[in-house]
Amino acid sequence: MVNRKMMGAALLCCSLGFGSLPLLADDGGKGLTIAQERKQRDEGWADSDSKTTMVLRNAQGAESKREIRTLSLEIKDEGDKGLTIFDEPKDVRGTAFLNHSHVGKPDDQWLYLPAVKRVKRIASRNKSGPFMGSEFAYEDLSSFELDKFKFTYLRDETLQDVPAFVVEQTPTDEFSGYSKTIAWIDQKDYKVLKVEYYDKKNALLKTLQMLDYQLYLNKFWRPLKLSMVNHQTGKSTDLLVHEIQFGKGRTEADFDTNALMRAK
Amino acid sequence: MKQFWLTGALRHPYWTLAWVLALAFAMAFGAKNLYFRGDFRIFFSPENPQMQAFDKMQARFNKSDNMLVAITPASGDVFDPKVLAVVKELTDAAWQTPHSLRVDSITNFQHTAAVDDDLQVEDLLLDLSQLDAAKAASIKAIALAEPALVGRLVSHDGSMTAINITVQLPEKDQNQEVSDVYNSVRAVTDRLAAAHPDLTFYHGGVIALNNAFSSEAKNDASSLVPLMFVVIVLMLGFMLRSVLAATAVVVIIVLTIAATLGLAGWAGLFLSTATVNVPTIVMTLAVADSVHLIASTQFLLREGLTKSEAISKAVRINTMPVLITSVTTAVGFLTLNFSEVPILRDLGNMTAVGVMLAWMFTMLLLPALLMVFPISHGYAEPTDKATQMDRLADWVIRHYKVILPLTALITLVTGWLMLQNKVNDEAVKYFAPATEYRQSVDVLEKKLGGVSLIDFAIDSGQPSGVNDPAFIKAIAEFALYLQTLPEVTHVSTISDVFKRLNKNMNGDDPAFYRLPEQQDEAAQYLLMFEMSLPFGLDLNNQLDLDKQATKVAVALKNLGSTQMLALEQKARSWMTEHYPQYTMEASSTALMFAHIGERNMTSMIQSLPLAMFIISALLVLSLKSWRLGAISLIPNLVPAVIGFGLWKLWSGEINLGLSVVASMSLGIIVDDTVHFLAKYKIARDEGRDTEQAIRYAFHSVGHALMITTVVLVCGFAVLMLSNFRLNSDMGLLTGMIIVVALIIDLLFLPAFLLQFDRSKKTAVVSTTTGEKQHG
Repeated sequence: MVNRKMMGAALLCCSLGFGSLPLLADDGGKGLTIAQERKQRDEGWADSDSKTTMVLRNAQGAESKREIRTLSLEIKDEGDKGLTIFDEPKDVRGTAFLNHSHVGKPDDQWLYLPAVKRVKRIASRNKSGPFMGSEFAYEDLSSFELDKFKFTYLRDETLQDVPAFVVEQTPTDEFSGYSKTIAWIDQKDYKVLKVEYYDKKNALLKTLQMLDYQLYLNKFWRPLKLSMVNHQTGKSTDLLVHEIQFGKGRTEADFDTNALMRAK
Repeated sequence: MKQFWLTGALRHPYWTLAWVLALAFAMAFGAKNLYFRGDFRIFFSPENPQMQAFDKMQARFNKSDNMLVAITPASGDVFDPKVLAVVKELTDAAWQTPHSLRVDSITNFQHTAAVDDDLQVEDLLLDLSQLDAAKAASIKAIALAEPALVGRLVSHDGSMTAINITVQLPEKDQNQEVSDVYNSVRAVTDRLAAAHPDLTFYHGGVIALNNAFSSEAKNDASSLVPLMFVVIVLMLGFMLRSVLAATAVVVIIVLTIAATLGLAGWAGLFLSTATVNVPTIVMTLAVADSVHLIASTQFLLREGLTKSEAISKAVRINTMPVLITSVTTAVGFLTLNFSEVPILRDLGNMTAVGVMLAWMFTMLLLPALLMVFPISHGYAEPTDKATQMDRLADWVIRHYKVILPLTALITLVTGWLMLQNKVNDEAVKYFAPATEYRQSVDVLEKKLGGVSLIDFAIDSGQPSGVNDPAFIKAIAEFALYLQTLPEVTHVSTISDVFKRLNKNMNGDDPAFYRLPEQQDEAAQYLLMFEMSLPFGLDLNNQLDLDKQATKVAVALKNLGSTQMLALEQKARSWMTEHYPQYTMEASSTALMFAHIGERNMTSMIQSLPLAMFIISALLVLSLKSWRLGAISLIPNLVPAVIGFGLWKLWSGEINLGLSVVASMSLGIIVDDTVHFLAKYKIARDEGRDTEQAIRYAFHSVGHALMITTVVLVCGFAVLMLSNFRLNSDMGLLTGMIIVVALIIDLLFLPAFLLQFDRSKKTAVVSTTTGEKQHG
């Protein structure tokens, strides 16, 4: 198995013109450099609030909608914090999901259930399942941290007239649902344009397209539409983001378990 | 008739050979387009309502195509840590199966528990390093108390466990995809079986069923078709006593089959369990044409004609009779177009085309071949054989007054028996007990519980309605009702998940193992649970997109199609009676097969009169006699009645393969009647009386009818060797009907003619005999 992988990697390298380098990860560190640049360019946004509509579609095109609000807080050199409040469907209104990303250890996650007025911790090991029945897994939505992946630069490619780096990202967490993801990153602004997700049997599972990028605070690019298509089931989910606001002055106190119960 | 091709064939045999071969190759070239299809969908047309319901349900919830692997340890305890380790290994490996969407087993079951007031959701066996005797005991306790597992993924006594692999095939190359999945799983289980000789592995599920369909079809193709070839060659050598004449027939047969398959390829058809035996059937039916022509030629050669004269005359006297019998046979097979089952329609069309091609090649090519080959004169039939037939004629004439009422009595009794047959289609039972698939499924049913499934999709009528306590309560009651039915072995329902979550959210207090009382409570528990589930193990197979509907999956003992339909009806009635506000749909592959048998039977019975009408019309045309055409109805119908009556004593179950036998065999057996009545009519037209005409008919065609019957019966007997019951049953019953038809034509038909077709001269005598009989 290992031998086959190595051979495959070697073949891939040869075909890409890296004949002398037998290991896939050995791209001269270019993949990591791109990822670092991407991370670094997005530093300093402090906090943001946004509203999102999720549109779920099955293979026949039948639709179902969810409404959520998301508060995010940037934490330097630690993982970011996020609070998601569900507005629709009605029977989960007020349910709130709190997440503390971490560098080097699993994220902490809690859910507040207003029907029983209780906060419950969720085992973060299972982050690969669908988020609210959508085609997004929680891990697709969590904040981008460098140590969550090993990066390998693959090639340059022009995607709809935009020059992009193509970088392979291998998750470091054994509980990830993916064997790898491949990201297309715009060479000018380091915006992620497209991501392909490969399942554990290395078959293409989903493709995410990030569209309608807007520039905020003259520095931060945010996509207003995220469109995920599952190639195996034919289902898809669109995330339509509206009303992104920065600089609301959020603090860590807005992101602890007590805040969870106050969230509305 | 100006048979220009005949002159050409006799003058320039090599030219004829060349252009006919070129034509045959052009047709046969289409075989490059042929491919195998083994999936169960080939039994259903796109308009089939059960198929549509099935596709609709598969679209609304995730697909349920699956491969089930069951393990039994020699020790009888699957909760032995060593066995659990293998189950986990297999579970992990199964995620690598091509096209797999999810894998369910006792080790990756998402067990929920209240831990420190939090909801813990975790694989029942997450980490092999935790696995010791105590952990194994706790897994056993949890698994055997879990309604979602017992009877589905673990047997009640813990002696068998199963791993269910759900796949979604892209359906681009069905057959390849099925064998990819099957072979991938088999590779893992074969490796594990070699490493653990104390474990036995069984394979079930829709993928294994599909794989069995295609592997049995391939078996038939690779064993029955060559066997049939050998049988044909032996019979030809025996009948024609000329190696080269037999070779000529073999050439005709090979060309016919190649062209038949080629035209099927050009038409975009595929090979399946049903059509894979078209070569066998076409061979059987094609032999007769050539034999008639060669036997006539040999006869004329013995009479002293030159070769060219003999062939020419043989062709002239055989063209019409062989055409008529070919057309009636083709019409019989064409009525299969009324079948609800696409592959049976293909079988009918391919065979009909094959029969007509056989006629064409016999008439076009055989004269040229006979010209080229130095064929022997055959052998003169010893005269005592003819006297045997003459003696039979005498016997019938002497005893016809017994034969008539006796046949009537037998027909009445078998007719009554025929009506006692029951339509039954169970895909599992299509496979002989000797096949691996059938053996696996039998063991699975005995140990684990039912392997036939019915899915019920219940629609609450509004988004998020699944969280409505009133709806959940209805689902729970429905599940409870289903569990009281003796045929039901397992019910998988979302209401059990709600109960378990309610218990977990209340500190695992067993008193809370009940349905949540508020909708928001239920919705939030479910949301929490869903957010805790790992990749592939979500609830999308039980809940639809906006949680408006849920799927209740029911496992059943292997039921006959009648009981299956009854169960569906019971479930529907219960729902309509108790909860008319919710709509319910039922679907599954087993249910589709249960319906197809009934639907197909109805359409075939409706098509039978049409087949009767067309074939009788052809007889009237060829015999040029309304009267004889009408008389022929009886000997054409009675064999099927007696055949199906005897079938009741043999099996009593009519499956898809048998439902088409009546119209199919009609086209074949009609040949006997045509030949007998044609000779009879010639004699009558020459002015002989009924008895003399019957003697003449016996003398001239009796022996030939026996020979063709032997050929046909041998051909259909070869089909009986198929491990696929649709084919073997079809072969057996068709063979039986052909034998009965011969007996009817040699005994009943002359007796009937003696009674009801007295010539004008003897009409007075006939009436008096009739009166005497009645008096």
